[in-house]
Amino acid sequence: MTTGTASRKNDSETNLDSDEVERFERMAKEWWDANGKFRPLHQIGPARLHFVRDQLVNHFNLSNTSPLQPLDGLKVLDIGCGGGLISEPLTRMGATVTGIDPGEMNIAIARSHCEGQDLEIDYRTTTAEALAETGALYDAVVCLEVVEHVPDVNAFVATCASLVRPGGSIVLSTINRTVKSYALAIVGAEYILRWLPKGTHQWERFVTPDELETALTKAGMRTTTFTGLVYNPLTDTWSLKADDTSVNYLASGTKPESAPTPS
Amino acid sequence: MASDPNHDVFDIVIVGAGFVGLALARALSVRSQGNLTIGILDRTEAVTSSTKSRPDARAFALSASSRYLLERIGVWSQISGDAQPVEKIQITDSPLDAGVRPVLLAWDNLLETGDPASFIVPSGNVLDTLSTAVDDDKTITTYRPVTIVSIGKTDCHHTITLDDGRVLSAKLVVAADGRSSPLRTMHGIDVVRWAYDQHGIVTTIAHSKPHHATAVQHFLPAGPFAMLPLTGNRSCITWSETTSNAERILAGDDTQFLEELDQRLAGRLGAFEVVGPRQSWPLSMHLARSYIADRFALIGDAAHGVHPLAGQGLNLGLRDVAALVDVVVEAAGLGLDIGRLDVLQRYERWRRSDTTLSAASFDGINRLFSNDVALLRSLREVGLGTVDRLQGLKDFFIGEAAGQAGELPMMMQKNVA
Repeated sequence: MTTGTASRKNDSETNLDSDEVERFERMAKEWWDANGKFRPLHQIGPARLHFVRDQLVNHFNLSNTSPLQPLDGLKVLDIGCGGGLISEPLTRMGATVTGIDPGEMNIAIARSHCEGQDLEIDYRTTTAEALAETGALYDAVVCLEVVEHVPDVNAFVATCASLVRPGGSIVLSTINRTVKSYALAIVGAEYILRWLPKGTHQWERFVTPDELETALTKAGMRTTTFTGLVYNPLTDTWSLKADDTSVNYLASGTKPESAPTPS
Repeated sequence: MASDPNHDVFDIVIVGAGFVGLALARALSVRSQGNLTIGILDRTEAVTSSTKSRPDARAFALSASSRYLLERIGVWSQISGDAQPVEKIQITDSPLDAGVRPVLLAWDNLLETGDPASFIVPSGNVLDTLSTAVDDDKTITTYRPVTIVSIGKTDCHHTITLDDGRVLSAKLVVAADGRSSPLRTMHGIDVVRWAYDQHGIVTTIAHSKPHHATAVQHFLPAGPFAMLPLTGNRSCITWSETTSNAERILAGDDTQFLEELDQRLAGRLGAFEVVGPRQSWPLSMHLARSYIADRFALIGDAAHGVHPLAGQGLNLGLRDVAALVDVVVEAAGLGLDIGRLDVLQRYERWRRSDTTLSAASFDGINRLFSNDVALLRSLREVGLGTVDRLQGLKDFFIGEAAGQAGELPMMMQKNVA
């Protein structure tokens, strides 16, 4: 399993790795620079949003909404929102979004970026665990590129799932733990192409689709879809590819209407 | 800021209400089902019934793809009555004094669906119809005549100040302000230009013999001479000449002009008379070094101008329109900020290769044919004669004429709801 190594500073209360939080805080100013340290996140943005939108539109039967506001009326929680790269688009698509991140700098950047844009987003410096304590529930929980940074995937996924209302939906994305992902996401992206700062990812923490599915099932979710996210070097673009989850992939799950809250 | 009566807020502001600017406004409105707010401004007065039908002899060769786009934005039905389908294309290559002009290359200009691959349409009708369609569209706000006093930029908007004191802000500003695009200059985008020592001469003739819906292109030594069929027994003549020849031809009286035409038409269309104005333009080609900047995109002549030889100028401009609409509306549908450089990069990648290729190939064809060396002539004959025997290459030419080559934007595809 992918629990953290002993030397890491783990906060068992919040399932955070404070080294990880600090690493992202140092890069926070660059969240919105499409050619900066977060360029890969901007590049995979359209494909990820495509998946999130289509999963939510299908699950909540939203095909009759206006074409540019397909998520109108949905209450969505964005866990690990960073600078707001996903919270902003979800809001433009009509959702009422709460974005949470443990990094104060991230939340400050996210707040200042939506100023002047007529976007109302409830950004909070907090953790999924703390929010779950309050009993908050959302139609949908979105948690993208986060589970590969937490020490205890099962516990974290359970917390995320506890924030989904019965009948609601969860969408996650992460990186598979394969030889290919080591070659591409660590050696390729961090050391050769320098897309990402060295140390952005620890391969040992990557999560296989089986592990994620197990975690979701344990958390009382029914998994519906796993889809790969693949890079085309010729067009320099990313797209969804259903049967290739060997490196980056997305998953969605739903919570049964009358399920007992998992313990 | 939205409460300021002199401050109007839009998703997109288009600068320039020419063919491509108007088409873009309508296409954005239609494709987003009225969910994008659109402003369009121009420094000239609006087209009114009194200024309508100003004489302009130019005609467009509209590709089938352009037609599908015009259908989607609701203007084709008004244009189609004046649109002459081109059912056949013939290419010949002879010196002016050749007694016979053997046809080097001829093909049926039809798509597999049976639709004509292209149409010849008088340019004035297209502009008037587009203007009316934009005026009737309540999601588009028109400002004209106005000039831009200044342009500013914040993190999330462009702000345009007009000479009447009004301020427009937009997430994305599109320059459709023509080949000398002041907006392009304001953004510091350089242009590569090259001029040909050629002028284009355009006029309209009525003739006694039918044209049989056939477009004819004679590659004369001085440059291409095209007979483009119009509705009825009329044709648009577009004709490239060396600059010195063009000056001489244009300076002549009507009798001399008719003689020049007669020599080139070689009796093909029977007796004829000139029924439109005589117009002329210096021929040049230009390409902007970049088609985008932050919150800014170039379309049409502001981005590129190709040799008019193939009549592809408007088709390329409409392809810009349809590609930009795909990029912007798809990004908006994903909740992305439509003015961001990383969104617009898809538009630039898509269009820049296509227009550069077109510019280069039309330039190449023109250079190949615009000379009178016997050796080159025989090479040309071998080259085109070969094409004539190869169905695959003809299909390629038809595909090009129809504008169906390359990755086709959604609004240029046939029969997509």
